Amino acid sequence: MKTILEAENEALKKRISELEAQLASRSNDASVTSQQPYPPPNAANKSEVKLSLEEYKRYGRQMILPEIGIEGQMSLKRSRVLIVGVGGLGCPAAAYLAGAGVGTLGVIDHDTVENSNLHRQIIHSTSRVGAPKVVSAITYLRDLNPHPNYVPHVEPLTTENALQIMAEYDLVLDCTDHPAIRYLINDVAVVMNIPIVSASALRTDGQLIVLNNPPGVGPCYRCVWPRPPPAESVVGCGEGGILGPVVGLMGIMQAIEAIKIITKNPARDIGRTTMTLFAAYGASPFRCLKMRGKKAGCVACGSPERVGEKITREGIEDGRMDYVAFCGGRAGMRELREDERVSVAEYKEVVDKGVEHLLLDVRDKTQFGICQLAGSLNIPFSEFEDSKHEDSEAEAIKSKFQDQPKDRPVYVICRLGNDSQIVTRQLKQAAIFPDDQVFDIKGGIAEWARSGIAGEFPEY
Amino acid sequence: MGEQQDPSADEVGCKLISLNIEFSGGLEMLFSNQRSHRIQIPVKDSSEQPANVGFLVRHLCENLMKDKRKDLFVLEDRIRPGILVLINDADWELEGEEEYLIQDGDTILFVSTLHGG
Repeated sequence: MKTILEAENEALKKRISELEAQLASRSNDASVTSQQPYPPPNAANKSEVKLSLEEYKRYGRQMILPEIGIEGQMSLKRSRVLIVGVGGLGCPAAAYLAGAGVGTLGVIDHDTVENSNLHRQIIHSTSRVGAPKVVSAITYLRDLNPHPNYVPHVEPLTTENALQIMAEYDLVLDCTDHPAIRYLINDVAVVMNIPIVSASALRTDGQLIVLNNPPGVGPCYRCVWPRPPPAESVVGCGEGGILGPVVGLMGIMQAIEAIKIITKNPARDIGRTTMTLFAAYGASPFRCLKMRGKKAGCVACGSPERVGEKITREGIEDGRMDYVAFCGGRAGMRELREDERVSVAEYKEVVDKGVEHLLLDVRDKTQFGICQLAGSLNIPFSEFEDSKHEDSEAEAIKSKFQDQPKDRPVYVICRLGNDSQIVTRQLKQAAIFPDDQVFDIKGGIAEWARSGIAGEFPEY
Repeated sequence: MGEQQDPSADEVGCKLISLNIEFSGGLEMLFSNQRSHRIQIPVKDSSEQPANVGFLVRHLCENLMKDKRKDLFVLEDRIRPGILVLINDADWELEGEEEYLIQDGDTILFVSTLHGG
């Protein structure tokens, strides 16, 4: 396994240096073309690309469409597309764009393939679990279509590298999973005059919108979402769950929009920006919404009233923009003191010694149904949250434990060890059980499973 | 169901308008896990002003929302950042945002922006 990866790694490194050499030799035109307005620079050097006989055959089925034709195919071959995030959205998007014959396909992601990705991230594979997602993706893509130049970026997109990386592309697909990076991609794309095809998905819903298209004309991410959502309202696929084909569908729709942007004459066809909503379980699963236009006072693409607020290349470059802070940071959990918590090993001892206690599991009913520890009482976290809005939070919580003996220690567990800390604090404040007898189990059910402390236990 | 008269509105001799309220992107979880609601609201608010979207949002918070976590829908008396409001499938910014006067039969959609991928 390792030697295969090493070989892949070597091959990719070689490819990088080849491409770097190519880029270096072209750097003069690149610096000129990056300042040209839309249409993308590739439109200017028509004569440079040629299709091989193999490619005529390979792309024939799409080339015979009047929407594509030979001109469209040439545009695809000249185009340089960056896919940010090769997860549930990025996987199918990358596969279809590679298949369609995009000339240069960059892929950026810092993550490695995990087994829990595979129900939706379909270009990775069981045999490549543990490999960098970018390496895994390019392995698949090269096998699908060897013609494109694949450019691996095994790193996160940051304020330090974003301008340099995105300068090499004409179009970016935002396939990421957090608002902080979505704002970063937007700001850099606006500065660089690159359109953005943005999608997202959660649970059974998806959203799709094309932004900054054409650059300087269509609204950008900040025109539509000038203020970030409160950090606590941002739910990821890991917590909220995701139906594989839902996110796959959104990624495929990104590939369609990308092909449309690359092959259409943009000057001819500037429509109103729309957002497509998909709800797998909705009465009408697809909806197309008419969105606002570019905002004159937008801090990214417009002219804000206070000139100092305007986001500039320099502002991004010198780190003045703190995207994580803008979006409220990560919810760091430091709710409890060390002596208010026990490890899974310590809890196992309590069980083994036969100490009478109450194990309170605060996961939701669906998760509790997947697996649970013996003898646990399930009261979902949401019920404790609701109690905060009652006239007396303590009384509301107390009523949930009417039938429970109050003289025994209580251990609180959740999926990852965050919610359980909040509930532990609430229980202590409600003074239902002796204060020094309420404990949080560190790391939750996930840690219980990972540690293997009680034999096999499902990790989900 | 949709034709039901609201007795409290009748008392003050107020006419009602019917509209469709829809939720997407997870917001439905705050509204009894139901994506689509057909409701009636008074034509005028308590200060005799014609019902606008601002009034509708307050009405939803007070009457339709059973979930106690109001701050996931409204923050500082405004729709919270990250939620888009669509009036008959058009961005409310095109229609005057909170000031838009609600018409009988309108569909108002609230969409929570997703970030997963």
